[in-house]
Amino acid sequence: MLDTKSIKKDFPILINNPNLTYLDSAASSLKPACVINKIKEYYEEYGVNVHRGVYGLSYKATDEYEETREVVAKFLNAKAEEIVFTKGATSALNLVAASYGMANINEGDEIIVSELEHHSSVMPWQEIVKIKKAKLVFVPLDSEGRITVENFKKVLTSKTKVVALTYVSNVMGYVSPIKEIIELAHVVNATVIVDAAQAAPHLKIDVKELNADFLAFSAHKMLGPSGLGVLYGKYKLLNSMNPIEFGGDMNDYVEKYDSTFKDAPYKFEAGTPLISEVIAFKEAIYYLEKIGMDNIHTHEQKLMNLAMAGLKEIDGITVYNKTCETGVISFNINGIHPHDAATIFDQNNVALRAGHHCAQLITSWLGCVGTLRASFYLYNDAHDVEVFINSVKQAAEYFKEWNI
Amino acid sequence: MNSINDLYRQVIVEHYKNPRNKGLKEGSEYRRLRLKNPSCGDDVTIQIKTNGNVVEEVLHDGSGCSICCSSASVMSEVIKGKTIEEAEGLVEDFYSLIKGEEPRDEESLDEAMAFVGVSQFPARVKCATLSWKALGALLIGEEGVKDIHE
Ligand SMILES: Cc1ncc(COP(=O)(O)O)c(C=O)c1O
Repeated sequence: MLDTKSIKKDFPILINNPNLTYLDSAASSLKPACVINKIKEYYEEYGVNVHRGVYGLSYKATDEYEETREVVAKFLNAKAEEIVFTKGATSALNLVAASYGMANINEGDEIIVSELEHHSSVMPWQEIVKIKKAKLVFVPLDSEGRITVENFKKVLTSKTKVVALTYVSNVMGYVSPIKEIIELAHVVNATVIVDAAQAAPHLKIDVKELNADFLAFSAHKMLGPSGLGVLYGKYKLLNSMNPIEFGGDMNDYVEKYDSTFKDAPYKFEAGTPLISEVIAFKEAIYYLEKIGMDNIHTHEQKLMNLAMAGLKEIDGITVYNKTCETGVISFNINGIHPHDAATIFDQNNVALRAGHHCAQLITSWLGCVGTLRASFYLYNDAHDVEVFINSVKQAAEYFKEWNI
Repeated sequence: MNSINDLYRQVIVEHYKNPRNKGLKEGSEYRRLRLKNPSCGDDVTIQIKTNGNVVEEVLHDGSGCSICCSSASVMSEVIKGKTIEEAEGLVEDFYSLIKGEEPRDEESLDEAMAFVGVSQFPARVKCATLSWKALGALLIGEEGVKDIHE
């Protein structure tokens, strides 16, 4: 296990809320003091615009901003020019669909997605498919609800132009066999977009080893500031794409009836960017690297094993992802609407998520209106698991009296 | 700390398990409005039959959490037989109750008073009010299907 006692001290929100059991990191993680302090540092010491000023402070801000690009690139084993800052995973995924999709998808082409997708990984392609008269194809999930290589092969054809799949599901926590999928997709020259919003916070990602074409994630789920995301793209692909937003900073020369754009990544960062957020994001990555991505993953698996063992002893509940290999548990109290159950957890200061988690396709696949979802991160410990298990027990017993 | 039993009162659980006036009817004398809350999945259809100034029948159907479903059931009983003006007043009274304010006419709210605890659980307010919103809209002549976004 990680030294959670000292880790918890790095998170002011846990000091300010000593009774909080935070099990909603899959929605958004808590932020350590180093990230918060870096935001403050920017505003207090060099809080001016980037890429524009010709004075010292602006250089300092620009250096800090661009340094994060280098840090993110190293974190992913990519090059700095392959890193685009966006407003989040959602805008990163939309950018690929609106730019790459609009330019490259034609009538009759197929786009492979899955029912495990977050809405932001599938909805942009629904729009492209409508405009281009292309076709969305769903990888059949296996009996546990996983994307498998076998099933992926069944839907991959010479018509497949784009594969947009999640690396780690936000509801089931399953890790997709994304490396094998990418390899297969490349055989038919399809482009693969990996939704890594739930992977980047928990797993070591090497985009070169994966050979991913595009990969997207959000800073706020991995200790960083909210409102910021990253789009990684292979440079040749990125630079061949048209921007989808136009204006300040992304242009070279502007004339009355036409303009030229900068090269990627800058042509995709129109307007004043999320300066403090980008600058502070590198502190989040330093923090994760200091602890070690592999250690974080192992820690979460240990908490999961503890939690799953505890849940096994409780009657009257259904766990939907018993074989999950990351720190996400989706479950329900039998016969009880997740929002009814959630109120019990709320009373015990256990923060978890109830509902469809912006992934209605998978809750439909499971045949329920929604689930309760507990998710673990590096600051959670065995005590959090115990409080969680006790709350599940209490909820199961409470609702048993309803006799539904 | 608020007790969970303040929320899940006996009346609420009882109506959830044995809903009254559940199921819709065909016929031109019935008008219906379906309200859905896509963010949580609650989905309620309320149907009323009026005769002159009197709401003779209130029916409901749909799916959702216990607060949402029992609220529709309780409402169907409370409103039945009231005049349109009285019903409109009770809708306002129910909103007051849920906001933690004093309703004007506690006696007429009757079993709906059981929802008094909801005001302490802000996350559940929209569950309790969904079917009353549908009724309020029906009373001023609206019908059909609507999504509400909160
Ligand atoms: C798998 C997955 N993809 C995409 C997103 C969207 O991230 P954001 O809301 O930060 O844009 C999320 C966040 O919930 C997610 O879990």
